[in-house]
Amino acid sequence: MMDAGRHPNITLLTYSEVTEVSGYVGHFQVKVRQRPRYVNVDVCTGCGACAEACVFKRGVPNEYDVGLSRRRAAYIPLNGQAVPLKAVIDDQACLYLTRGKCTQACVEACPTKAIDFTQKEQIIELNVGAIVVATGFEMFDPRRLPAFSYGKSPDIIDGLQFERLSSATGPTQGQILTSKGEKPRRVAIIHCVGSRDENANRYCSRVCCMYALKHAHLVRDKTGAEVFEFYMDIRAFGKDYEEFYERVQREGVYFVRGRGAEVVVLDDGRIQVKAENTNLGIPVQIDVDMVILETAMEAPHDSDRVATLFGISRSASGFFQEAHPKLRPFHTNTDGVFLAGACQAPKDVPDTVAHAGAAASEVLALLSRGEVVISPTTAVVDERFCSGCKTCITLCPYSAISFDEAARVARVNEALCKGCGTCVAACPAEAITARHFADRQILAELEALLVPV
Amino acid sequence: MAEQFEPRIIAFVCNWCTYTAADNAGVSRMEQPPNVDIIRVMCSGRIEPAFILKAFALGADGVIVSGCHPPGDCHYSNGNFKTFRRMPLVERLLAQFGIEKERFHWGWISGAEAVKWAQLTHEFTERIRALGPLNWSRQLESKEE
Repeated sequence: MMDAGRHPNITLLTYSEVTEVSGYVGHFQVKVRQRPRYVNVDVCTGCGACAEACVFKRGVPNEYDVGLSRRRAAYIPLNGQAVPLKAVIDDQACLYLTRGKCTQACVEACPTKAIDFTQKEQIIELNVGAIVVATGFEMFDPRRLPAFSYGKSPDIIDGLQFERLSSATGPTQGQILTSKGEKPRRVAIIHCVGSRDENANRYCSRVCCMYALKHAHLVRDKTGAEVFEFYMDIRAFGKDYEEFYERVQREGVYFVRGRGAEVVVLDDGRIQVKAENTNLGIPVQIDVDMVILETAMEAPHDSDRVATLFGISRSASGFFQEAHPKLRPFHTNTDGVFLAGACQAPKDVPDTVAHAGAAASEVLALLSRGEVVISPTTAVVDERFCSGCKTCITLCPYSAISFDEAARVARVNEALCKGCGTCVAACPAEAITARHFADRQILAELEALLVPV
Repeated sequence: MAEQFEPRIIAFVCNWCTYTAADNAGVSRMEQPPNVDIIRVMCSGRIEPAFILKAFALGADGVIVSGCHPPGDCHYSNGNFKTFRRMPLVERLLAQFGIEKERFHWGWISGAEAVKWAQLTHEFTERIRALGPLNWSRQLESKEE
């Protein structure tokens, strides 16, 4: 990300959203809505003085720490590691922007006078040759499965919250602590929360086994606590992954084969995990200080809107559909629109990097050629038969047919025609032919298939 | 033992959704009845009612038309809406010709719904098998005589 931010040929549009896409491969027109950040990025140095000065001391939950810490209205995203390293003012939280009442201490504190409350939303129009959709994923919300009691105890956390706990830039500076501020003595890790489950997602989310093993390793390493992993199958599918699994086993983690069935918060705040050990065929019940729910990756909640925007379809799991599951895994069915990363399917970091690299090279190959091959399956009007009724003109979804007033016939623009054949089917004079899908050809297919036996 | 009746079924499918589904069904090794012969067109909006009548006239016992789910799945924005308007007319036309409405199925199967395609072809084949042969061409000929 840092490299992308520094690259002279790459413009990052942060705090922005694509609102409209039109055109075709090599010639897309994209409208981008950039929200006001109330900070002039040309002069902001990312020093963070505004965040310190912000009078909204109570703040709002910090998204980057998954709510484990709070941030103020003026802040540098990602706990000060944003790219580009610029401050932003949250217009949902800022006292001045929401209520109009504030001493505007941030304006005073800024050494470069970067804060500008007059900024307005901007619409940026771009003309681009190709589009890579890399909208990523969302984590499954474990509240949707009440048996896991997520939200009933601060010590029942999901995998991302654990990542923040064990991160040096997180709320505990990397110490793994329970809500009482103590090191846990017993930790349960529950696999497949929201995946391989008919009540949530049927697919395997693919990465959770490995990050769960990493969490087990971190807990053992940092706290020495007893770790119980409740799993159905361990899917250590990648290079060196099986070896890592064996290493975690050697570190003394207890592996209990069986889906975590229930997490119970007792009246005194203690947490119990219930499951079936399917290797021994017995129910197990363990008291723990902390539960980590290893949740599934899901398609973002607004991916239907994104799919419609870019003309791509979605698989049954909600992720974007690739053009071919094996041979064209980063193409879509819309020429010039490519997929990168977890928006196509759950992926771990190496697979995402490989997928994104392939999509980028596909874009470069497309653009460096300078011309695109279009499909020969276009419609053509035989002007001898065209009666000039204009039926086809209103039907064409691409406005590819125009009416020649002088000759009183319809004409197809072959660069715009995508060859759907709607006009061909509708033409009352049978004056339009779909190349490669002509009436003659389809009827010949029919005759050949239905030859009497 | 009498030989089981094997219906001949023609499926007109669009390139982007249902053909992809059928292709995926094949790639995923799903079993599909050999009775269904596919004719691919770029969009279900290309399918002329005349094709369906011609299929029956040439000896098909059943016809399937399938495209992309409305409203937004169509690769060509709204070709499926044209299908949506045309196919009910075909249904009425077939009824007037005395062809059982069960012999004609039209609907939507997206590229991701390979299972649905495999199910449809199985169920439709069994439905036509139960109805027996149509022999529409022979009926037409006898009427002409």
